[in-house]
Amino acid sequence: MLENKANPTISKSTGLPRKRFYRARAHSNPLSDSHFPIPISPCQVDYSLHYPQLFPSSDKIDGAKKIQFADVGCGFGGLLISLSTLFPETLMIGMELRDKVTEYVKERILALRVGNPGQYQNISVVRTNSMKYIPNYFEKGQLSKMFFLFPDPHFKEKNHRRRVISTHLLDEYAYCLGVGGIIYTITDVEELGEWMKACLESHPLFEALTKEELEVDPVVKLLTSATEEGQKVARNGGQTFQAVYRRVMPSL
Amino acid sequence: MEDIPMEEGETNKDIEVAPALIAVHPAQESVAVAVGSELRVFDIHGGSAVSLVDDSCGPSHKDSIRAIRYGAKGKLFVSAGDDKLVKIWSTESWRCICTVSSEKRVSAVALSNDGLYVCFADKFGVVWVVDLDDFDGNQALVSKKAAPMLSHYCSIITSLEFSPDGRFVVSADRDFKIRVTVFPKKPLDGLHEIQSFCLGHTEFVSCLAFVYTSEYPQGFLVSGSGDSTVRLWDISSGSLLDTCKVESKAGLLESNGRGEECNSPVTNLCTIPDGTLIAVAIQSLQGIVLLSCDLSARTLSIAKVVSIKGEAFIPTSLSTSSSGLLWMVAGVSNLRGCDHPSLARVRVISGFRESSACSPEHEQTVLGDNEIPGGDKLLEKLQGSLSVDEKVFLAAAEAVKTAMSNLLVKKQYSAEKRDLRKRTRNDRKIKQ
Ligand SMILES: C[S@@+](CC[C@H](N)C(=O)[O-])C[C@H]1O[C@@H](n2cnc3c(N)ncnc32)[C@H](O)[C@@H]1O
Repeated sequence: MLENKANPTISKSTGLPRKRFYRARAHSNPLSDSHFPIPISPCQVDYSLHYPQLFPSSDKIDGAKKIQFADVGCGFGGLLISLSTLFPETLMIGMELRDKVTEYVKERILALRVGNPGQYQNISVVRTNSMKYIPNYFEKGQLSKMFFLFPDPHFKEKNHRRRVISTHLLDEYAYCLGVGGIIYTITDVEELGEWMKACLESHPLFEALTKEELEVDPVVKLLTSATEEGQKVARNGGQTFQAVYRRVMPSL
Repeated sequence: MEDIPMEEGETNKDIEVAPALIAVHPAQESVAVAVGSELRVFDIHGGSAVSLVDDSCGPSHKDSIRAIRYGAKGKLFVSAGDDKLVKIWSTESWRCICTVSSEKRVSAVALSNDGLYVCFADKFGVVWVVDLDDFDGNQALVSKKAAPMLSHYCSIITSLEFSPDGRFVVSADRDFKIRVTVFPKKPLDGLHEIQSFCLGHTEFVSCLAFVYTSEYPQGFLVSGSGDSTVRLWDISSGSLLDTCKVESKAGLLESNGRGEECNSPVTNLCTIPDGTLIAVAIQSLQGIVLLSCDLSARTLSIAKVVSIKGEAFIPTSLSTSSSGLLWMVAGVSNLRGCDHPSLARVRVISGFRESSACSPEHEQTVLGDNEIPGGDKLLEKLQGSLSVDEKVFLAAAEAVKTAMSNLLVKKQYSAEKRDLRKRTRNDRKIKQ
């Protein structure tokens, strides 16, 4: 896949995949059953497929580095690409439900690796339904950051259970995040912003970052600028609503 | 889309078929069988059939019962199912002391060990909790509202079980997953702390039970699955300790004569109280497989196969009490083209007394109908009639098999079929 001889889906001028060949349906139903392969458990996630330069063989090495950042519903992958160089030592993965979008991100990362030898080896993407299969990818406390940027709003009340942030799903995110780990959410839909904040605020295992903490966190600045959706909102001068919370110990 | 979980109102006749269920009082004072919407209880202690007292006029349940269960102390009994009702009964008066309405069909129930909470799982993977702390014996409870407690996102929960020490509640689903969640002091506020996930099954998980003894009071979890294995787990870490391929190890593959790989799902299992034996029901087996669990080595092994000769009896549900008997039922609701609308056959195996539980060599015997506690009267009540037409058993077993696979096995669609489904999606039609 690395050599892209006259591949019409790759732009000749930039060497990057052209988005129009990867256009997909705007929304997928996260409730439907999947037909893509799911690892039975986190130890079956093959790191050598995702990070071949860092993991030349698929044999598991004890104490080897694990994925620490997850960008859930990563879309076209802009955030991963910004984070890759900001945290070059950290392994990260994007999780995306739409197969064409996932393919696009894969090609994009491969092209960046070719164009920038030695770089972008720490990011990858997987096609999955994060709402069903998060525990199949990450062990307890494995993650230090989770991102939910501009998730689908699912306005209708009866579709609220499709929202990627909910009290019950936060239980699972709290399981995957180590104590001190941070969950970043942002949206341009006010109602959804309030919903996400309310879910996090009332959850016993999450606590809001203080204003000072938000100001010094370099990642917070990326929330509005790094992703395709964020850039679109910024271009249109739209307002955004963010909620950034830390995983805390349960109080006794 | 590919396969949207069963929405309300969807009627698939194959799915409507429900296997018969059995539950024995922990001290064997009574036995309950559920077939279709019918709940049948026999008072072994008093030697008579029980008439249930339910102030809601009409039948207690209006659709297939999917879960029945006694509380650990035997004072309470819970029944629930497709009619979206959870009924809590006092086993002293057999009066329904409380009916809780669920928004969706109910697939599993559990009672906390202290008898203070009833939990039930709905078809969308949400587990709800009701508190019973104002229950004082025979007085009917005020109507109760359930609070959401935890959720398996849009999966069908097949089994709910409290750990022997009551610290955790364990839930299993059709997506191969077993979740262990801390059961807090105030469960009505929700259960937010996940202790572990037990991941390793490669098909739906059908049943859960704990093996524990006085030496190992925390015990270990065992689970049965559509992948035809029984697995042993350490729930505090979620580690898989052992896997037992029941069917092939028990030599059942040869015995089916066709030599084909059949991989029959494990449909139910139950552990012998204060013992290390596990009774396992398999979809194709006329009888049960007994596994023995070595708690210090943390291993599972096949102790023996107890076959049931003379009739085509494939148990759909198993239950034990401290009395040393294993109770089994085979049956199904709504079998079409059959005179018995709700078919059930009850059989009992003896030889599980505490002393013998550790030595599987001890003779387990399938009791004759006249040797069963309660005798004919019990069978007449629980089966509906004394003799059950033999021919319908295999049809029943077949119907249960189809229903289970429709409900729990993931559908594999070919690329073309998937495409067709996408093109005929309802939400797309509007645009055309
Ligand atoms: C509006 S886009 C935002 C994409 C990206 N985060 C951004 O800011 O540009 C939401 C994305 O989430 C994906 N998504 C929705 N539900 C998902 C799920 N359950 N698992 C994984 N991805 C999901 C959608 O396919 C879509 O690409």
